[in-house]
Amino acid sequence: MKKVFALLLLCTLSLVCRAESGVKPQHADVDVFDQLSVIRGAGYFADYCLGCHGLKQIRYSRIAKDLRVSESKLRELILFGDTKIHEPVKTAMSPKTAEVAFDVVPPDLSLITRARGADWIYGYLKGFYDDPQRPFGVNNLFVHNVAMPNPLWPLQGPQKPVMGRIDGKLEIVGVENSGHGAMTGAEFDKAVNDIVNFLVYVGEPSVLQRVPMGKFVIAFLLFLTYLFYLLKKEYWKDLD
Amino acid sequence: MSDKAGSFREWLDERLPVTKFLEDQLLKYYAPKNFNFLYFFGSLALLVLVNQIVTGIVLAMHYKPAAELAFDSVEYIMRDVDWGWLLRYLHSTGASLFFVVIYMHMFRALFYGSFKKPRELLWLFGMVIFVLLMAEAFMGYLLPWGQMSYWGAQVIISLFGAIPVIGEDLATWIKGDFVIADATLNRFFAFHVIAVPLAILGLVVLHLAALRTTGSNNPDGIEIKKNRDLMGIPKDGIPFHPYYTVKDLYVAGLFITIFAWIVFYSPEMGGLFLEHPNFDPADSMRTPEHIQPVWYFTPFYSILRAIPSKLGGVMAMAASIVVLFLLPWLDRCPVKSIRYRSPLFKIALTAFVISFLGLGVLGTKPVTETYTLMARFFSVIYFSFFLLLPIFSSVEITKPVPERLTEPVIPLSKREGFQWRLIEEGIRALQDSPQVERVKDAISKVRGKITGR
Repeated sequence: MKKVFALLLLCTLSLVCRAESGVKPQHADVDVFDQLSVIRGAGYFADYCLGCHGLKQIRYSRIAKDLRVSESKLRELILFGDTKIHEPVKTAMSPKTAEVAFDVVPPDLSLITRARGADWIYGYLKGFYDDPQRPFGVNNLFVHNVAMPNPLWPLQGPQKPVMGRIDGKLEIVGVENSGHGAMTGAEFDKAVNDIVNFLVYVGEPSVLQRVPMGKFVIAFLLFLTYLFYLLKKEYWKDLD
Repeated sequence: MSDKAGSFREWLDERLPVTKFLEDQLLKYYAPKNFNFLYFFGSLALLVLVNQIVTGIVLAMHYKPAAELAFDSVEYIMRDVDWGWLLRYLHSTGASLFFVVIYMHMFRALFYGSFKKPRELLWLFGMVIFVLLMAEAFMGYLLPWGQMSYWGAQVIISLFGAIPVIGEDLATWIKGDFVIADATLNRFFAFHVIAVPLAILGLVVLHLAALRTTGSNNPDGIEIKKNRDLMGIPKDGIPFHPYYTVKDLYVAGLFITIFAWIVFYSPEMGGLFLEHPNFDPADSMRTPEHIQPVWYFTPFYSILRAIPSKLGGVMAMAASIVVLFLLPWLDRCPVKSIRYRSPLFKIALTAFVISFLGLGVLGTKPVTETYTLMARFFSVIYFSFFLLLPIFSSVEITKPVPERLTEPVIPLSKREGFQWRLIEEGIRALQDSPQVERVKDAISKVRGKITGR
């Protein structure tokens, strides 16, 4: 019976794991414990994203504490103007201005990696391509007719869509880089990965506490369980 | 015990039967001696219930049940409340594991016929707890006020609208507004933290009282009370305390270790325990692509979707739960344990379990033609199990049931059926293989080094 269940479980898992069709984003190399990468990501975020997108669920002070950077370093990096360190990371753009400029209010990105997944963000940021039909001249592989311009354009350089057939229909299946950006392809990938790392951290800052703590908790529980096992064995001895 | 403590106990016992109660319930309560793995889930359910109540109380101290504040207050708990993330993950993981434990507990009852005479009431109390637990989980799921909270609740409450005549008014009455809104969140909070937990606790007491009245069933499905020694103690019984208290303690340790692994390393469980779209705040203007309930509701949700008409789907879903209540009267076979029942029952139960799991998996998938067809197929098997049970269980050819208890788990060599022979062959082949020999050698070498021999 047990074997049957194991088999069933396997079948179930394989069904669950089977991904949906369509263009798949590339795999982001997520490591929130790579502190330097997260700090670099914070810098990129401040330079290229914070103008429109806030991170209202996290405070500057929490970032400083978690990434072990001083307030002065933080002021160079992400904390601008007369914003106090205990304030949450909010965008300077008012929702009204945003609506005039983009037709939509840019969403807060505090939990974007938890809602969409790190790979999706990675693919999305790399997935912009030239489309003269759109108001900002770009479209995106993962969000059709996206309202957002490509802020990373100067780093990445323009990209052309690559056409291909999906189920017999001619569709955009990828993008091709022109190589005219300020960064090389590898440098740009690394920069996007830094941003993703930073956003994953912002999505769940407690991960920095949670994961390192886990092994101690589990080691203790295993030890405790072993003691309980010995206790059980001792009591049950006289039954046999 | 010191004199002081002794005299205090005397003082207490004259006013409240503490010692007598503990003696009756623990020391003089005799449980069958051959409980196996499937018998731990009752005490584990109690453990999870305590976890949910304790973590729930602290979460309620920081959570704000208001549409404008709810989502952010959950993130506040996750970030600004000391150990808030741990409390929240304990509560969310506990919710999912509660259903794992309860489904295993119910499966055990099916497997060993624990719902049968004289334990019908015990089963009914359990079923009411199960339904209340579903209500508790459903209402709790609205509280984080994410997209899936909102739209999941929207879908489920709109089901009441399918009821003829009063349906639409009933759905509005439940919501307290024309859409899911602040009023809905507030009342769900009240139900989730006060009304339903109180009812669950009351029923747990009844469930346990009924259990202590009839005594536990066992893997052999025989009544140990029928075989008593000269002192009137069941020959196959052992005192609940210390034997099962220490054994349950040990298993609770294992369970908590698994629990902790999930909490610390995989609290989202790949989107099964905490669904990704629920990290998006609720937005009444934006419907998510796929609306799906949390995994523990998906078997029933699949049945709902399998029926083309809305009212029909709602009725089928309700029937899939109601039919479980009737189980003690649907199964006419006097033999309880699967060990002594016919191959027919074994096949039927296996088909039922497969269809339940299949429906569960399908419920997490978007609707396609193939999936709908599969869901219909599994739904038919699900209901056939209950509909055919009264027929085949009354003509079943069963094996002789022993007088006294046997092993907790039947050894492989004693089992009948070609599948067990196959497994036996497989294990033998594995044991003889050179790879396993090498691993054994390596282990004994390491052991030798540790012990210094």
